[in-house]
Amino acid sequence: MIELVNFYLIPGLVLGAIYALAAAGLSLAYGVLRFANFAHGELMTWGGYAALVAVVALGISPWVALPIAIAATIPVALAADRAFYAPLRRAQPAVLLISSFGVALMIRAVVYLVWGPTPQGYARGFTPPLVFEGIRIQQRHLMILAGTAIAALLVHLLLSRSRAGRAMRAMADDPDLARVTGVPVAGVIRLTWCVAAALAAVAGVFLAVDTELTPLLGFNVLLAAFAAAILGGIGRPWGAALGGLILGVVEELSTYPLIGGAPLLEPAYKGGVAFAVLVLVLIFRPQGLFKGMG
Amino acid sequence: MENALLYAVTLLTLAGIYAALTLGLNLQWGLTGLMNFGALGFVAVGAYTSALLTATPAPGAAHLVGPGWPWWAAWPLAAVAGALLALPIGAISLRLRADYLAIATIGIAEIVRLFVRNEDWLTGGPLGVSGIPRPFEGLGQPWGPVAYLLLVAAVVALLYAMAEATAKSPFGRTLRAIRDDEEAAKAVGRNPASFRLQAFVLGAACMGLAGAMLAHFFKFMGPDALDPITATFLVWVMLIAGGSGNNRGAILGAVAIWAIWAATDWIAGQLPGELATRAAYLRLFLIGLALNLILLYRPQGLIGERLPGAR
Repeated sequence: MIELVNFYLIPGLVLGAIYALAAAGLSLAYGVLRFANFAHGELMTWGGYAALVAVVALGISPWVALPIAIAATIPVALAADRAFYAPLRRAQPAVLLISSFGVALMIRAVVYLVWGPTPQGYARGFTPPLVFEGIRIQQRHLMILAGTAIAALLVHLLLSRSRAGRAMRAMADDPDLARVTGVPVAGVIRLTWCVAAALAAVAGVFLAVDTELTPLLGFNVLLAAFAAAILGGIGRPWGAALGGLILGVVEELSTYPLIGGAPLLEPAYKGGVAFAVLVLVLIFRPQGLFKGMG
Repeated sequence: MENALLYAVTLLTLAGIYAALTLGLNLQWGLTGLMNFGALGFVAVGAYTSALLTATPAPGAAHLVGPGWPWWAAWPLAAVAGALLALPIGAISLRLRADYLAIATIGIAEIVRLFVRNEDWLTGGPLGVSGIPRPFEGLGQPWGPVAYLLLVAAVVALLYAMAEATAKSPFGRTLRAIRDDEEAAKAVGRNPASFRLQAFVLGAACMGLAGAMLAHFFKFMGPDALDPITATFLVWVMLIAGGSGNNRGAILGAVAIWAIWAATDWIAGQLPGELATRAAYLRLFLIGLALNLILLYRPQGLIGERLPGAR
C-alpha cells in the first residue's frame, strides 16, 4: 500500500500538477481567444530553457529562476500575438490554429539553434527524500506541488477578485456582450497571453526539474494538456487544473501491478493514456466535467 | 549523367507521393474544413499494411510474415487501412467542435507511433520491415526507378481525377456548403456530421495509399522512417501554399514546396558538419515563418479555390 503511494500516487500528483498548470494556461487562452493554441507546448519549452540560462549564468536554483523564466516567456507570446494572431483575429479559429502550429515550429527551431538537441538539466546536488511515516517524497516534488498551489491561488485571485480578471471572464463568456459593455478587448487579450505564458513557463520549468530539458519538452505533453483541458471543460481554467490532476494520477496508476504482479498497462503505452482519456471524454462527456464552452 | 537522372527521378517520385498526401488533406481541409494534424498516423498505417502484405522477410525478421502479395493487390488495402483508422476517430470527434478533431488526430499519430514501436511481433518494432519489393525493380537502372515514377504519377493523376470529380459533384458542393455555412446546409436537409465523416475517411484513404507508395519506394518501413515534420507539417505548408480548396493548387504546392525543401536540404548538405545541422533548424524556422506569412498575405495560396460556375 505504501508502495502505491510512494511510487504511483505521489509521482502521479506531481505529473498532474504540471499538467494542471499547462492545461489551465491553454484553457484560459482558449476561453478568451477562442482557438486551440498549438504553440503552448513550445512556450513551456521556452520557459524551461530560459530558466536554464539563469541557472547557469547566475548560479541560482531553478525555483529562484522562475520569475526570469516567466519574464522571458511573456514577450514571446505577446510577439506571436502581435505579429501573427492579431491580424487573423477575424479569420476562422481553424486558421489561427494553423498559424499557431507555424509559431510552434518557429519557437522550436530557435530552441534547437540556441541550445541544440542534447537533453540538459538544471544540475543540482543529490537531496535525500523526506520521509513521513514511511511516505517518501522527493524535495523537488514537494516544491512542485507547493509551487502549483501558489500559482493556482494567484490565478484564482486574479480571475475572481480583480477588475481585469472579471473582464477576462466576461470575454470568455460572451465576447460581443463584453465588447459593447466597454471591456477593453485589446488589453484583456494581452493580459490573457501574459497569464497563459506565465503558467506555461512555470509548467515547463517544473517539468524540466522533474525530467530533463529537451527541445520537445512541452510538445510531448501538449496532447495531455489538451486532454486535461477538455476533461475539465474547455475555457474553464479550474476545470482544466482538476483535469490535469486526474490525468496525471491516472497515467501513473495505469502501470500499477494491481492484478497478479503484471502492470495494468505496459509502461511503453503510458503516453497513450492521455489519448484514451481524451477519447472517452469526447464520447461520454464532450462538454467536460464542468460545462465548457459549447 | 545517369546519377543526375536518378536524383531527379527520386525527387519527382517523392514529390508525387507528397502530391497524393496533399490531395488527401485538400479533401479534408480544403474542401470540408477538417483539420487533420495526424497525417503521419494514416501514412504509417498504409505503409505498414502494404509492407507486411508484400515483404519477403529477411531470415530472423521479428515482424509478422505476410502472404507476399504483389503490390497492386496490397495498395488498395493500404488505402482501406487508412480509412479504417479514420472511421472511429472521425465518428467520435466530428460531431463536436472543429478543434477537437485536430487534437484527436495528434493523438492518433502518437498512438500509431507507440504501437509500431512496441508491437514487435507485428511490425518488427524498432527494426521495422525490410525487403519491401519496389515495383519494376527488375528493369534495372535507370528504367526501374523511371517506371516507378510513372506509376506514382499515374496514381496521382487518378487521385486528381477522382478529387476533381468529387469537388464538382453534388457531394463536393455539399461539403463546401457545410464548410462555409453549416446552418444553411442543415436547413436544406443535409447531415453535416455524416458528410464530414465521409470526407475525412476519403482523405485518410489517400494518405494510406501515399504511405504505401512511400514504403515501396524506400523498400523499408520503420518507426524512424517517418517524422512528423515531413509527414504532417510539410503537407500543411504545401496545401496552404498551393491553394487549399483547389486540387491543382494542392499538386502545385506539393511539387513547389518539395523542390524548395529538397534544394535547401542539398545546400545544407554542402556545409560542414555543425553548420549543416544548424541549417536544418534554420529551415524549420523559415518554413514556420513561411506558413504564417502565407496565411497573412496570401491566404488563398498560389492558385486559390475556384468555385464551379464562378468565372
